[in-house]
Amino acid sequence: MKAGLLRFARNRMAVFGAAVLLALLAIVVLCPLLYPGDPFRLAGPPLQPPGQHFLLGTDTLGRDVAAGIAYGARTSLLVGVGATLAAILFGSIVGGLAGYYRGMMDVALMRVTEFFQTIPAFILAILIVAILSPSVPTEVLAIAAVSWPGIARLVRGEFVALGGREFVLACSGLGASDTRIIVRHLLPNCTSSIIAVGSLLIGTAILIESGLAFLGLGDPNVMSWGLIISAGRAVLRSAWWICAFPGIAILLTVLGINLVGDGLNEALNPRLRDR
Amino acid sequence: MRLVRYFGYRLLLALPVLAGIIVLNFFLIHLAPGDAASVLAGESGAATPAYMDILRHKFGLDQSLGTQFLVYVFNMARFDLGYSFRNDSPVAGLILDRMGPTALLMLTAFSVAVVLGTVLGLVAATGRNSWRDAVISLVSLIAYATPAFWLGLMMIVVFAIRLAWLPTSGFDTVGADYEGWDSVLDVGRHLIMPASALALFYLALYARVMRASVLEQTAQDYVTTARAKGQTERRVMTGHVLRNALLPVVTMAGVQAGNLIGGSVVVETVFGWPGIGTLAFDALQSRDLNLLLGIFFVSACLVVVINLVVDLIYVTLDPRIEI
Repeated sequence: MKAGLLRFARNRMAVFGAAVLLALLAIVVLCPLLYPGDPFRLAGPPLQPPGQHFLLGTDTLGRDVAAGIAYGARTSLLVGVGATLAAILFGSIVGGLAGYYRGMMDVALMRVTEFFQTIPAFILAILIVAILSPSVPTEVLAIAAVSWPGIARLVRGEFVALGGREFVLACSGLGASDTRIIVRHLLPNCTSSIIAVGSLLIGTAILIESGLAFLGLGDPNVMSWGLIISAGRAVLRSAWWICAFPGIAILLTVLGINLVGDGLNEALNPRLRDR
Repeated sequence: MRLVRYFGYRLLLALPVLAGIIVLNFFLIHLAPGDAASVLAGESGAATPAYMDILRHKFGLDQSLGTQFLVYVFNMARFDLGYSFRNDSPVAGLILDRMGPTALLMLTAFSVAVVLGTVLGLVAATGRNSWRDAVISLVSLIAYATPAFWLGLMMIVVFAIRLAWLPTSGFDTVGADYEGWDSVLDVGRHLIMPASALALFYLALYARVMRASVLEQTAQDYVTTARAKGQTERRVMTGHVLRNALLPVVTMAGVQAGNLIGGSVVVETVFGWPGIGTLAFDALQSRDLNLLLGIFFVSACLVVVINLVVDLIYVTLDPRIEI
């Protein structure tokens, strides 16, 4: 792990990505100080262009775009990380069961996994949020529901590869229960792969979240980047900045996450390096 | 003949997927809080009580869950996707009407992404670590992180509003009544921006896959042999490497079919492209969940069909595959 971190630090692109993410985290932590009060609050006259009183201008209702972006960062990270953790949890359970028990269980679970990989993920996410009504938890649930198959296949592959190894046989010879072998011995051996793949999932999750919010499926009471863009769409002709800046925020965030994820992949998963 | 048999076999394998979608749809209807009839009718009292009763009866909602499921499967199998109260017409018809524009958009974006992606991947791999490689890598990194809907909006700002080169939205110029080639050209001009916005992500993806795949193939013995025979570098690439290197791209194209449909929902919404995506957006606005479920079912069927086609392409590209 330590050698991996060193390898990561030597990767200039990955360090750049990490710097972007740190800046984003700083904004999230400091945003109550930078922009006290509700981001939905009216801050000034509507449709102010950027650079005068307001760094990034104001929207149709006179809300500060910069404040919206700062608060939106929190939503994006929350949904992105939350959905990824949920996907990792569920994917690990499915993949772990399939890879450990093999046989019919494996066949059945992998069929289901492939099924979820085939169907149009984004439309399923739309359906889930629309049916359960838009809110942060339903967004997390919907994104997790379409993100877990990759993790399940990864964990299954690792479990199958580890299954016949001596330390696993030794454990079961000593009478360790299945749960103990899975949780204490097999899962810790997959952590680095899960971290590497999971980090990339956060980026995808944030992209899906922004798409959902853009279609009006974000939590209406929580500021988010997709929400600002969808509200600014109507005045695109006269006020380009309302749509432009939140999009740049999405782009930079996802780029940072992908660079860090690629860096982690190379550092922690030498086998995956060429993929 | 064997190809036909193979096709039939693959079609058989697709049946469980279709069954899965029906089960999933049924599950989603019952996931909703409250009465399933209100889900099917569209939210908040849009439907009359009489219509709700018809729905309850038609879907057997007054009967056991098992019966309801059987009724649902029976309806789906006949491609009876229900009735959209909001649009006052059958769901299946609504979706089929919008199929053309979506197919045009997806096919264009898909072809652009595959062709350009392959070429760029080839260029990047042959000039490994050159400036061309670096530029292509950088652009694909950015393309990966760009939300398609935002890209579309920014294209509208630049190319439609500032430069006024292209129309902002729609399928064709309303009231222009072009004929023959003029109308083709007109639709083409409307198609450029949505297709590019949808294609960019996949272009980057295929370029990346192609680059890795070409690099892998050039390290193989058969390439050394071809070079030893004195073939030119160009001939080695086009005659030997290209076909082998394309296989992972084709695989990836099949895997991404579902995402392409999902992407077209947001892109169509941005550009007012009158396809299934815009229909989905309208259904979303009026919370016409049954229409959404129908769109989900049809697009999943479309993915199954695309995967079949991809399989056939794969078989023709790689004669080693047993069929």
